[in-house]
Amino acid sequence: MCGPLLCTDRGIIDNYKNYIDMLQNYVPILIFLAIALVIGVVPLIAGMLLSKRVPEVAKDSPYECGFEAFEDSRGRFDVRYYLVAILFIIFDLEIAFLFPWAVALRDIGIPGLLAMAFFLTILTIGFIYEWKKGALNWD
Amino acid sequence: MMSYWYAIPELYRDLFVTSVLIVIFLLALMGAVAYVTFAERKIIGYMQVRIGPNRVGPRGWLQPIADALKLLTKEMILPSKSSHFLFRIAPVLSIVPALGAWAVIPLTEGVQFSNINAGLLYVLALTSMGVYGVIVAGWASNSKYALLGALRSAAQIVSYEIAMGFALVGVLIASGSLNLTDIVNAQAGGITHWYWLPLLPLFMVYLISGVAETNRAPFDVAEGESEIVAGFHVEYSGMGFAVFFLAEYANIILISALTALLFMGGWLSPFEGYAALLSIPYVGVHLFEFFSLILKIPFVDVLLGAGPHWFFIKTSFIIFCFLWFRATFPRYRYDQIMRLGWKVLIPVTLVWIFVEGVAIAMQVGPWFD
Repeated sequence: MCGPLLCTDRGIIDNYKNYIDMLQNYVPILIFLAIALVIGVVPLIAGMLLSKRVPEVAKDSPYECGFEAFEDSRGRFDVRYYLVAILFIIFDLEIAFLFPWAVALRDIGIPGLLAMAFFLTILTIGFIYEWKKGALNWD
Repeated sequence: MMSYWYAIPELYRDLFVTSVLIVIFLLALMGAVAYVTFAERKIIGYMQVRIGPNRVGPRGWLQPIADALKLLTKEMILPSKSSHFLFRIAPVLSIVPALGAWAVIPLTEGVQFSNINAGLLYVLALTSMGVYGVIVAGWASNSKYALLGALRSAAQIVSYEIAMGFALVGVLIASGSLNLTDIVNAQAGGITHWYWLPLLPLFMVYLISGVAETNRAPFDVAEGESEIVAGFHVEYSGMGFAVFFLAEYANIILISALTALLFMGGWLSPFEGYAALLSIPYVGVHLFEFFSLILKIPFVDVLLGAGPHWFFIKTSFIIFCFLWFRATFPRYRYDQIMRLGWKVLIPVTLVWIFVEGVAIAMQVGPWFD
């Protein structure tokens, strides 16, 4: 019986080889990301080298409608953005829980379904509470 | 010459070949991205009874190259009040995830750089990273418009990512695998077996979320010109702007490719699974004769069968839809966008996941076995 990582009928060495095989699949991804990084950086460097920089006070100031900026732009902003961020974390975690469950659902059957239904019910109650509290309103 | 090549250890040879292939692939992708911008201007042009760019090269075909050269030589302004380091790396943070996710995308069975088990998880992780580019750019610019645009974009992207994640959970339940090749193969059996039909609500949710994730019209309040100019990249010029621009279109291509893989059968042929028609009395005989005639033409059997060309056609179709949406729909208001994401799409996906989970666990339904 061989899982994605461990084979129950093999020794430690073979399992280790299995693990290394799995890691080897990620080597092209590492190279890919490195080359993607290069392809992202090269145009910027080329742009810096090829373009002429003529600094000027008005040009280098933050974009405004012809005014000097009154204050630092990093001021206060609406609390609802924080709220969205917090709700996002909760729901994203939920998705992280759902992913392995969804893949394994065929194997775990009805007990697995009930366990997740219980979890989702609690979350849905929380979601309804947020909704009723008006955390999702933007007007 | 060849003897030198074989004198190099096999590992280094493999790494070298892989790197060269990756460079070729990514450059081709960048070319595709450039030409999606051209396609957008042309398609929207014709939809608005104009002809779009037609001056540079034959029928305007060199327009993207001219744009790239122009932006390359434009001054890159570094705002005096900005955080210089963050301001410079933000475009890179934006484009690397959009390109990097392609490492696991299969063009056809077996043609991909890495066939990992957690393929979809990797794609989801990388596309989530894209929001950092937006946030960092908005913050580093130290400009009111940029910050407001970044906040709007970020809140919108994370909101729709939840709906998108739930839609993906539905695909995972139906396919039972995170591996993109397995997900496509699980859809085998003809056009009605592709997940767009059995998972129709999730397909709609995914498509809408995809448009919102990439900040495209009609969900493009982040760069609503009439409100906050260009949004988070208002302070960028020259190549800095170009890289953000490329990242946006690279994301469109990525989302379209994912939609094609997850919901439209990837490289599978739409002509699959109609063998039953041949057993219909009388008509079947004629159909059989017709097809045996057609298949005598060279390459037709290859074109009608599964292959990367179907993947490209499906991806192109969804890209076309993205452009079509922009030409058709008026812009949503921000509160409407957030309401749609949280109060419509998330409940829809939750209900559908529940229905689908019950169907799978009870082993009912023709689609879920």
